[in-house]
Formats: sequence, structure tokens, C-alpha cells
Amino acid sequence: MMLSPETAILASLFLPLAGGVGVLLTSNRPNLREAVTIVTSLLLLISVFSLLPTILDGGRPAVTLVEMLPGLSIAFKVEPLGMLFAGIASLLWPINSLYSIGYMRANNEKHQTRFYICFTIALSAAVGIAFSANLLTLFIFYEMLTLSTYPLVTHKGTDDAMTAGRTYLGILIGTSIGLLMPAIIWTWSVAGTTDFTAGGILDGKLQDALLGLMLLLYMFGIGKAALMPFHRWLPAAMVAPTPVSALLHAVAVVKAGVFSVVKIAVYIFGIDLLQAQPWTHWLLYAAGFTIITASLIALRQDNLKRRLAYSTISQLSYVILGVAILAPISAMGAALHIAAHAFGKITLFFAAGSIYTAAHKTEISQLDGIGKRMPWTMGAFAIGALSMIGVPPAAGFISKWYMLMGAFEADQIVAIGVIILSTLLNAAYFIPIIYAAFFKQESTESAQHPHGEAPLPIVLALSATAALTLLLFLFPQVPLELAREVVQP
Amino acid sequence: MTLATHYPILQVVIPLLAAPACVLLKNPRACWLLTMLVMLVSLGIAGQLVWQTSESGVISYAIGGWAAPWGIEYRVDALSSYVLLIITTIGALVLPFAARSVADEINIKMQYLFYAAFLLCYTGMLGITITGDAFNLFVFLEISSLSSYALVSLGKDRRALSAAFQYLIMGTLGATFYLIGIGLLYMMTGTLNMADLAERLPAVNESRTVLTALAFLTVGISLKLALFPLHSWLPNAYTYAPSAVSALLAGTATKVAAYVLLRVLFTIFGVDFVLGTMPVAEILIILGMAAILIGSMVAIFQENLKRLLAYSSIAQIGYIVVGISLGTVTGLTAGLVHLFNHAIIKSALFMAIGCIIYRLNSVLIGDIAGLGKRMPWTMAAFVAGGVSLIGVPLTAGFISKWYLVLAALDKGYWPIVVVVLAGSLMAVVYIWRIVETAYFKPYNGPASISEAPLTMLIPTWLLIMVNFYVGIDSSLTAGIASKAAAQLLGVSP
Repeated sequence: MMLSPETAILASLFLPLAGGVGVLLTSNRPNLREAVTIVTSLLLLISVFSLLPTILDGGRPAVTLVEMLPGLSIAFKVEPLGMLFAGIASLLWPINSLYSIGYMRANNEKHQTRFYICFTIALSAAVGIAFSANLLTLFIFYEMLTLSTYPLVTHKGTDDAMTAGRTYLGILIGTSIGLLMPAIIWTWSVAGTTDFTAGGILDGKLQDALLGLMLLLYMFGIGKAALMPFHRWLPAAMVAPTPVSALLHAVAVVKAGVFSVVKIAVYIFGIDLLQAQPWTHWLLYAAGFTIITASLIALRQDNLKRRLAYSTISQLSYVILGVAILAPISAMGAALHIAAHAFGKITLFFAAGSIYTAAHKTEISQLDGIGKRMPWTMGAFAIGALSMIGVPPAAGFISKWYMLMGAFEADQIVAIGVIILSTLLNAAYFIPIIYAAFFKQESTESAQHPHGEAPLPIVLALSATAALTLLLFLFPQVPLELAREVVQP
Repeated sequence: MTLATHYPILQVVIPLLAAPACVLLKNPRACWLLTMLVMLVSLGIAGQLVWQTSESGVISYAIGGWAAPWGIEYRVDALSSYVLLIITTIGALVLPFAARSVADEINIKMQYLFYAAFLLCYTGMLGITITGDAFNLFVFLEISSLSSYALVSLGKDRRALSAAFQYLIMGTLGATFYLIGIGLLYMMTGTLNMADLAERLPAVNESRTVLTALAFLTVGISLKLALFPLHSWLPNAYTYAPSAVSALLAGTATKVAAYVLLRVLFTIFGVDFVLGTMPVAEILIILGMAAILIGSMVAIFQENLKRLLAYSSIAQIGYIVVGISLGTVTGLTAGLVHLFNHAIIKSALFMAIGCIIYRLNSVLIGDIAGLGKRMPWTMAAFVAGGVSLIGVPLTAGFISKWYLVLAALDKGYWPIVVVVLAGSLMAVVYIWRIVETAYFKPYNGPASISEAPLTMLIPTWLLIMVNFYVGIDSSLTAGIASKAAAQLLGVSP
């Protein structure tokens, strides 16, 4: 059976929600409930990827749901960048579900039904963001993603979790309502449309400083992209169970942020307009500052998940930097980095959760010699780390390569400096972990609590994502093609 | 059809006649049944009037056949039919809820009086909205006010009496100011018909008497509207009134006052005079902005849920006033859309609180810890209403904020944008305190607490559904609102 592209768009949006209802109905029978999650995630995968051939052929299927305000509809239109983001999210969800089942059961987490339901809503929201045809639709699903992930962050229900939840919600809702929403309404007010249009819609509508201000509202309004100083929600969110950190706070939520950044820069402002306007060049420095500062903070974190969180903040700004360099080829690198970082970072988080499940360790200083007990986990961790640093044969190398090429092309000395310096910093905070895990002696205390690998579903999941990281390096054609289409429509 | 031509008068007379009937009936169940019937008929008539005005324009109805400006004219245009629709919708949904709530909160011997007062209050509000005569408006204003003082005083807590008394003093002041204003206008023009006033006023605009009248009218109506800093009666009245009364008043009373403000400013005095010559807009915008900031800020620190919602209402009135005072079609549309949206959101929230009171007998935030598990539907309704107050997309509140920010941006009033959004963010704080307490704190109340009865839940959820419906497809509310706005400003839509 072939899905028509329009049906596939709607199916991708509503399948996860239907799955959520299924999870609710089967809440008393855990095995069936988990089966519903897995089946839903696979169906979503099929329906999203059924769109891929159409997109690669140059098709741009579109669906309009309902006119919400006069002239403004909730509408969807799939273009290459959105396809890339939806593809990543839907590809990683089944793997993450497998991992979740292992993790949640091994750690006897409570409220598992709520957990799985929130996941389905979050995935639906991520697909909605990816496929949105205008800013209004993007905003709706952006807020839906924030609200649906809030119960996941506060999952444990402890005071720590509540405080973290407040930071999470406060920053994400605060920036989106306080900055992003006025930016969208302002765009509507001056341009008369909020549709994502190749080449942008703001050309000739706003003057110098106002355009810079508008960019400021957008870039900081998208709190999910974690541009400093609005980054604190991400380390706070690490209080959530690891599968949440892995799929949502390394992939869906943060990628929704940088995806929106790229999408708005390319389809609302237009690269040409940004290039012609000196008032918008501050973005490069803001991104560069975030990359370096977050890396420096990451160096000083002993908690593994927190170090990964700061690494995420810095990696997200790579994507923003890729756009801010304002060369088509670096924008392509930025799009590609969304994919590369997703596969690498989810692997790292899976490994962190695996260590927590098997050894109940959360701090980096406790990891000496753990590589011998958990070779699969730490092997995958090493691959993920290499991808973060940008070393072949991991996917991160390709995206960094394109960004550097763009930086040279545009003569952006600052950007080149930032990329080189941050690569060194990345190495400085990842290599010691790998070294300690494989080459240092286990401490006597650890030796008294022997343990093996984590449960099989966990190991399977992290091996799969590590493999994907390598595969993306070897076969980058499809994402590269999608990324190329974004900058050269 | 002959009946259809009499809809305007039937809209007012049916509830007016039903009120004494309730006093005669005395049996609470019979009273409820009669009132419910009246509510449904009124809703039907309001729907008809909305349809008639959108089909054939303004409806003018001369009472007793005496033509205006000598007789009393009932006049239904886009704006009044819109407000009639709001009042009757809220009435028809609050009453089913009231059946259980009133039986629980009000002494059985007094219940028939509740229904009688409820009907009178409702009559007054409908009359205010439908009349085209400035003095007749005062009469209805008094009918609705006096009965609402009585309604507030029926509250279980003894403090309801002092709250009602405070409301009485402030309300009477407001009504008196309104009467003085109308008197001064009558002195200058010799007419009380609004349309007639509008024609004659420009000739005597310059006179100090007319300016004094404008001042008295604006202040008097602002008192009824609870516009900051004249809001002091509202928190107590909402807090100590019976739940059903809070739900009704929050959804309608201040909305009707906002309607009167619109009528006086735009229909009687005219937009050029009020917003052009006189600095009314500037004053109202500043007060509205202060209301948003101060109301929201004070709401954050409330321990009593009803009082929290009351302060939030003061802030929401600020939004409405700011929108109205911008004096553009978009601004007026924003104010009018929020009139509807806030009516349904706040009524729904007060009904959810009513459900909590029904089961828990408390409205303190500390007592609702862990209630999300015990009363999932009630708390879910509260959260849904709460996110709408914040202005999350797909809820009615988002549409209001969208129009308001758009109107402010169109005029280049940046401070308004900042204040509106700051208000939203403060709403996040006061709503989320409740969400956290209800969902993430352990339950420590009595073991017997369970979900509220369906007769209370269904009306609450109906309002919540309306909230989502107009949030997703705003063509109903924004459509009528923009038409009414264009009519008021005298520009063709």
C-alpha cells in the first residue's frame, strides 16, 4: 500500500497521538503497553520515510488543516530541512523506545504510563514543528513540545525535579511568549504573511536596526536552541530519566530549537538579506561565545549528564554558527550537523544511562576502568565522543568540514578560530573519560561491587545509534542531498 | 413572522417575569427548572438576534410603539448581539452547574431567592446590553447591581455580608456617577436616546458641562468595570460569593460594564471626540496597563484560589480596556475578542473551583495538594483554563493576545506589547503554582474525596471545549468582533 504524501503528513502527526491513546488504554498491562509504543514508533518511521522519495524528487506536499485567524492557517508543508528533522526524530524514536523499556524497568521508575504518553505527544509535536508551513503552526507545536515534556522533566516528583521543572518551563515558556511570539506577530504585521518562503519574506520590509532587533527576538525567543544566556533549562532538564535526556534533550527538543533557527534564518529572513545587513552579524559572535563558554563549563562538570548537557549547548550553537557564517555551504553544514549531533549525542546519553543502570554511577570520577566491565557501552561512548570532537570515521567530521569550508569561503576568521578552539576543548572534556574508562585501574571501592553490562535492550539501542553515527559518515548522501536542497532550492 | 420582530423585548421580559414566579414557586427544584428553561430560551433568542443583525443590520424596536427619541428604543447591532450571546451562553452553562452547587452552599430556605435574584441580575444585564436609551440603561444597571449584591451576600462565609456591603457602596457610587453624567447630558441636549445624543452632542462639545459629564460617566463605569484603581470591591465579592455567583459575575458583570464603556465612549460621544480631542485613551491605556501588571503581580501572592482568580480578572479587565482604548479596528477587535474569551475562561475556572469547594470545602492552595489524582477531570479543566489565561496557542487566550499585540504593534506602542507579554508571563507563575501543588505534591486530605458530580463537570467542560474551539477557529468570535468594531468606529467593515 502506498501512502499519498498528504496522507503521510497527517498520519505522521496523528499516529503518535493515537499511540498515546493506545498506551492509556493498555496502562494496566505493561507488556502490551510497551508493544503499543514500539508499534507506533515503527509506523511513524514508515509514514515519515514514505515522504522521502517525494521530497528528493523535488515535491513539496502540503496540507492545510484549519484557518485559525483570518489569513492564517494551521498548515503543513514538507521541505528538505523539515524532512531531515522529522526523519531523524522518527528514526531514533523506535531505538529510544527499546532503550526506555530496558531503562524504566531496570530502574523501577514510577508513572510509566504517563511517561510513555508524554513521549508520544512530544513526538507528534516534533513532527508538527518539522512539517509546519508557517510561523504560527511552528509556534503552536513548539509550545506543545514544551508543555508535553514538562511532566517528563519533573518525572521523579522530588523537590529537585520540581525546581528543575520550574527553570525548564520558566525559560522555555518565558522566551517563547516574551520574545518569539511578539516577533511572529511583528512579522505578520510588517510582511502580511508568516509562510516559510524560499528567499525570505522580510526583504524591504524593515530597516537596519529594526531587522537586527527582529533577529534578536527570534534567536533568543527560540529558547530551545539554548543560546546563552537562555541555556540554563538544558542542564536543569538532566534531572529527568535518561531516555528523556537522550531522545528529547539531545534530539527532539533541542533540535526543534536549532531547526527553527535555521528555518527562520533561511525562509523568513533569507541568507541574502542577512548577508547584506551588518546589523544582523552579532549572531556569529553570540553563537561563538556560547560554543566556547559552554565547552569551558563542560570541562568543569563531574556529573556525566551535566557534562553532556553543556556539550549539547555548545554543539547547538555550532548549528547557529553555521547559519551565522552566512555562506550557503556552511548553512548546509549546519543542517547536516543537526543529524550528526543527534546520532552522536543520543549515543552518549544512552551510554550514561547504561552506566547508571548497571553500576549506579553518575560522576565521571567514578568511571575508572569501567570499560572492561561494560565494553559495549564504553565503545559506543567512544564513537559518540569522536563524533562530537569531529574526528573521522564519525559523522561529526563531515558537518564540521562543511562549516569550516563555509567559514573560509566567507573569510570569517572569528568563526574559524571558534571552530578550532572548540574542537580542542571538546577533545579535552571527552578524551579523559575514554582514557579513564579503558586504561585506568578500577578503584578498590568499585571492585567490591562487580557488575556487567546493562540489560540487553539498552545495549542493543546504544549499539544501534553508535552504528548509525558511523554509517552517516560512510553514507552521507541522503542527508547531504536534503541539506543541499535547503540552500539551493 | 410576528414573533421574531418582538425578540428584543422578549429577551428582557421573559427572565424579568420568571423572577417573581420563582418567589411564588418557592420549591428549589421547580425554581431551577423554570430558570433553566428561561436560560435556554434566552440563549435561543440571542442566537436569533445575532443571526438577524448579521443578515439585515441594526434592529430597532420601539417599546409600546412610541417612536424614538420620545419612547424607549431597544437597539440591537453587531456589538450588542455579541454581548447578548456572551451573557446568555455563560448563563445557560452556569445554571446547570448551579443546581448542585447551590444546594450545597446555600440554606435550603433561601434557595428560591437565589434563583429569583439570579434571574433579575440576568435581566438587568440583558437590558443594559439591548437598550438604546441612556436612562433606561441606568434602570437596568440598578436592577442587575442590586440583585448581584443580594447574590454575593448569600455566600456561606459570614464575610460575604461585608463583601456584599462593600460592593453595594462602590456599585452605588458608580451608578450615581453614571446618573449624574446622564443628567448633565440631558441638560445640554434634552434627549436620552443614545443615537439622538450622538447627533446633538457635537454642537455642544466644547461646553464644560459635557466635559464634566464625560468625566462622571467614565469614572462611574470604571467603578462598575473594576478598572484599576477602582477595583477594590471585586476581590472580596468574587471570593465570598457562592461558587455559581462567582462564575456568573466573573463571566458577565464586568463584561457588561465594558460594553457600557464602549457605548458611552464610541456611540454617544464618538471616537473623534473621545480619542482625538480628549485624553481619555491615554488615561485608560495607562490604567489598563497598570491593571495588567498590578493585578497579575498580586495574584501571584494569593493563597485563596478564588481571590487569585479575582486578581487575575482585574488584570484581564486591563487587557480589555487597553484594546478598547487603542481606538483602531484591530484594537477594538482585540478588546471584544477578549471580552468573550475571558468570559468563558474565567467562568470555567470559577466553576472548576466550585467543583473543588463542593468536594473539599476549601479554596486554599495548600489544601489542593495532590488533588490532580483525586479529581483528575476538575484539575484538568483548571489547567486547560489556566493555559488559556497564559495565552498558549490553540486556546482562546492566544487569540486575544495575538490581536492585542498586533494592534499595539500596528500603532507602534511598544510598551503595551511589553506589558501584555509580562502579564502572560506572570500568569505562568500564578497558574503553575497551582499545577505544581495539585499534581506533584502528595495528597494529604480526607480519603473520601473523589471526582465532582457530572452535573458540575459537564458544564465546566463544555466551556473548556468552547475555549478550545474558539482558540482553533476564531472566525466566530473574531468575525463578529471585528464587524462590531468597524460599526462602532463608523468605518465600513
